[in-house]
Amino acid sequence: MDSREFPVEAQSKDLLRFLTCGSVDDGKSTLIGRLLHDSKLIFEDQLSSLAAESKRHGTTGDDIDLALLTDGLEAEREQGITIDVAHRFFSTPRRSFIVADTPGHEQYTRNMATGASTADLAILLIDARKGVLPQTRRHSLICSLLGIRHVVLAVNKIDLISYQSDIFVRIVDEYRTFAGELGFSSIAPIPISARHGDNVTKVSDNTPWFRGPSLLDYIETIDVSSDTIESPFRFPVQWVNRPHLDFRGYAGTVASGTINAGDPIAVANSGRLSRVKELLTAEGAQTSAQAGDAITITLADELDIARGDLLISPDSPPEVSDQFAAHVIWMSDQQLMPGRSYLARIGTRTTPVTVTGIKYKIDVNTREHLAARTLGLNDIAFCNLSTDTPVAFDPYGQNRKTGSFVVIDRLTNHTLGAGMIAFGLRRATNVHWQATLIGRSERAAQKHQKPAIIWFTGLSGAGKSTIANIVERRLHAGGHHTMMLDGDNLRHGLSRDLGFTEADRVENIRRAGEAAKLLVDAGLIVLCSFISPYRAERDMVRRLVSDGEFMEVFVDTPLDECARRDPKGLYAKAKAGKIKNFTGFDAPYEPPTTPEIHLQTIGQQPEELADQIVKKLAALGIVFI
Amino acid sequence: MSYRCRHGMKYVGIPNEIPLKAPAMNFVASTTDGTQCGLPKHLKGLEAQSIEIMREVVAEFRRPVMLYSIGKDSSVMLHLALKAFHPAKLPFPLLHVDTTWKFHEMIAFRDETARRLGIELLVYINQDGLGRGISPITSGSTIHTQVMKTEALKQALDLYGFDAAFGGARRDEEKSRAKERIFSFRSRGHVWDPRNQRPELWNLYNTRVGPGETVRVFPLSNWTELDVWHYIHLESIPVVPLYFAKHRPVVGRGASWIMVDDERLTLNADEQPESRQVRFRTLGCYPLTGAIDSSATTLEDIISEMRSTRLSERQGRLIDSDESASMERKKREGYF
Repeated sequence: MDSREFPVEAQSKDLLRFLTCGSVDDGKSTLIGRLLHDSKLIFEDQLSSLAAESKRHGTTGDDIDLALLTDGLEAEREQGITIDVAHRFFSTPRRSFIVADTPGHEQYTRNMATGASTADLAILLIDARKGVLPQTRRHSLICSLLGIRHVVLAVNKIDLISYQSDIFVRIVDEYRTFAGELGFSSIAPIPISARHGDNVTKVSDNTPWFRGPSLLDYIETIDVSSDTIESPFRFPVQWVNRPHLDFRGYAGTVASGTINAGDPIAVANSGRLSRVKELLTAEGAQTSAQAGDAITITLADELDIARGDLLISPDSPPEVSDQFAAHVIWMSDQQLMPGRSYLARIGTRTTPVTVTGIKYKIDVNTREHLAARTLGLNDIAFCNLSTDTPVAFDPYGQNRKTGSFVVIDRLTNHTLGAGMIAFGLRRATNVHWQATLIGRSERAAQKHQKPAIIWFTGLSGAGKSTIANIVERRLHAGGHHTMMLDGDNLRHGLSRDLGFTEADRVENIRRAGEAAKLLVDAGLIVLCSFISPYRAERDMVRRLVSDGEFMEVFVDTPLDECARRDPKGLYAKAKAGKIKNFTGFDAPYEPPTTPEIHLQTIGQQPEELADQIVKKLAALGIVFI
Repeated sequence: MSYRCRHGMKYVGIPNEIPLKAPAMNFVASTTDGTQCGLPKHLKGLEAQSIEIMREVVAEFRRPVMLYSIGKDSSVMLHLALKAFHPAKLPFPLLHVDTTWKFHEMIAFRDETARRLGIELLVYINQDGLGRGISPITSGSTIHTQVMKTEALKQALDLYGFDAAFGGARRDEEKSRAKERIFSFRSRGHVWDPRNQRPELWNLYNTRVGPGETVRVFPLSNWTELDVWHYIHLESIPVVPLYFAKHRPVVGRGASWIMVDDERLTLNADEQPESRQVRFRTLGCYPLTGAIDSSATTLEDIISEMRSTRLSERQGRLIDSDESASMERKKREGYF
C-alpha cells in the first residue's frame, strides 16, 4: 500500500480540550452543533432524528435546532436548557478536540467548573445584543481560578445586530477592561453567528471589517502547550504493583516533569531518597517518561511507599504542610461549615480536612471581598484549611495536578466542593508537637482507670445533664477521677463568642471535643453533655480519641415530651418565636445511628437510667464498681 | 513499511496454538532506544488516561469486575487493562452477560480470548428470563433488552457483590452517554440519577460508595469510534471477524441487513436469505444488529470507510432507534 493512502494519522496530531461557557441562551450548544455540522461530523441518521426533535422541542422555528445535539438529557430537551456538562468530540487533520459544553444557568455553575477543570482553552460566548453579563464575569473568574490561560471571546448573534462593528468593538473593550486582572495570556475576540455559521469555520463576507481567523482556524492552530514537561518531577503513587515477592512497582501517571532511569528520587512526605531502577510499561523498560505518561516505577531501595505518596525530584521539593490557603468553589446545597470534618482528595491521597477559617467570599461581579461565616451553593471563597496528616502540594498556579483537591462529605460521600491551593501556611511549619515524657497511659495508670469520653446527646430538656450528673456522682463515689463538660456551662466561657447557627454549633462541638480530648490525655473519665445535633461533629469527636475511648449515649426523649417538661422555659420561647435556630423546631437533630448506649427515658427514673450506664461502663472495663 | 500491523490479512486473526504459559500479551514492541513506537500523541494520551482510570478502581474498590461484551470496545478495554497492571495478572474477572442470542462467532471469540490470555471469565444468563421464553423475536427488542441485558446485569452484579464495574461505553456513541461521568455513581438498585451526578473535576475521582451502592466506570469515555479503530490497528489487537466484510447469508429488514446466524431466526414468507458482502459496525444480539454493505476486508479498509461514512455507528442497532430518549431511560434503570 502506498504510504500516502495509509489511513493513519500524523504522529504529531495532538489533542485540545476546551469548554464553551457564558450566560444562558448565549448559544453555546448551538455553536458546538454548528462546529460539528460544518466540519461534517454529524451523521445523516443523527441529522434526521434531530430534524424530528427540532419540531417537537426546538426553539428555532422551522430550522434545525443544533442545540438539541448536545442537550442529551430528557429534562434538558424538555426545558430547552443545558443542565449538565456534555462532552463532544471532533477531529480535523490537524487536531483532535474534546469539547465540554457547559451550562449557563447560575444554579448549574458547579457543572461548568467540572468542564473547566480539564480544559486548556475557553470559548466564552457573549450575546451581541446583551453584552457582558454577570454570568460572563462569573464564568471568566472560574476559568481564571481553574487555570485556563486562553480565552476566545465569541461575540455571538452578530447577525442580530446587523453585523455592526462598533457594537463588537465596544463589547470587546468592556471585556478586556474587566478581564485585565484575571491573568489570561491570550484573549481572541471573534464575531460569530452560531446559527448561520459566520466566522465559525470560515471567515464571513458579512463582516468585512473582521480579518479573521475563523473560530475553527484559531483553535486548530493556537499553541496552548504549558510547561508541565519542564516543571519539577511529580508522581502521585496510585497503586502498588506487587505480583510476587521479587517485584514491587509503583504505578501512576507522571503529573509533571520528566524522569530518567537512574535518576535520584524522593518521597515527599518522609524525605527518604532512592534512585529509579526501572521505568516500566507493558512495552518494556523505558529510558525516560514525562508528564502524562502512565508508568510503573521500581526503585533501587526498599522504601515504605503506599498509595497517596508523592514521588518527586529531590532538588525541587514541593511544600509539605497540614495547613494551607486555597480558593474553594462550593458545589453543594449543604453549606460549608468551618470546623466540620470533611474528606479531601489531594492527588491520590484522601485525608480528613477542616476549613479553619473563611478569609473572604468573592463577589463574582465586582470581585469584591465579602465577609462570610459559611458558604452556600456556587460560592467562591478564599479559605484556610487544615488536614489531619501533612500533605505534599504545589501552588495550583504552578501545577494543576498537585495543587488541586476535592472536598467529600464523610457521611453521604457526595462531592461538596473543589479547591485550588494558593500557598502553605507558615504556622503549620513553625508549630511543632512537643513530645511529653509522661503519656496518657502513665497518667491513667496512676489513677487506676481507663480514660474515656462519655458523650450525652439528645434534644434540649431530654435529661442529659441530669443523668450525667448522677453518673458522675457514682463514679466519683467509686473512687474514679472524672470531669464534667456541660454545654450550657461551656457557653459561659470557652464558647462565649458563639451563637446557635449551624456554623457556630459546629465550632462549639469542635472546642468541646478538643477540651475533652485534653482531659482524656490527663487520664480522666470525661462526661460531656451537649445537644450536639449533627452526626458529623459527634463522629469528629469520636475520631479525636482512640478506639473504645468514646461512648455515645443517646438520651432519647421525644420532642413532645421535652416540650412538656421544658425545664428552662426554652420551648415556650421557641414556640413564641423568641428564639431562633432551636433544635427540634427550626434547626435539625440527627439522632445517632449506632450509639453505644441508647436510653429511652419515657417512664424511667434518672437513677435507673444512670444505673444502666454505669453497668455498661463496668462491662466495658472502663470503671470498676 | 514501518507499521507493525499484519497487512494483507482479512482480519487480525487468533493464533491457533499458543501455550498458556506464553506471554499473555501481544503489545507493540519497543524500538531499540526503549521508546514506544507507533502511537500518535493524542492516542497515547487517551491510552494513559484509560490506564489511570483502571488503576484508580483497583486501588480503591473492594471487588471490581470488567463487563466484557466481546465487541471492539471491549477488546480495546481488555488490552488497556493488561497494560495497566503489567507485570501483574489482571486483578479482576471479566463478566459477559449472555442473552443467548449473540452471534456464534462472538461466543467462539470470547472463549478463545479467555483461554489465550488465561483470564477468569464469568458468563451470566438470566435463567428466569430464559425459562419465560424471552427472545428478541417473540418478545420484541425492548422486553428482551430489559430482561436479558439490564435485569441480567443487575442480577449478576448483586450475585457476586461487585462494587465497581468497567464498561466500554464511549461518550461519542450517544448523547445521554455524552453527559455521563467517568465514575458514574449508582444508588442501591443500580439506579442512575442523571440530573444529580457528582461533580468530577480534574482526575480526582470520587470513589467513595456506601453499602449497596456501586459505580460504573468508563475508561474509554473520551475515545471516538475512529480512535478505537486506529488503536486496534496500531496495537494489533484481535477483534471478532464479523467486523470485516465477507459474504454472509442475510435478509433485508427495514433499512438493515439481518444475518441468518442460525435456525432460530424465523423468516417471513417473502424472505429468502441472500448472500451479500457485508460487515458489522457494532455487535450485539444478531436479530437486532444490522449489517452494512461493505467491501472493507482489512483494518485499513475499515478506517477509510469510516472516514467517508455519513451514518453513525448506532444506526445499525435496532434497540436504540425507538426514540432518542430510550438510552437515557434504559440507563436510569441500570443498563450499561
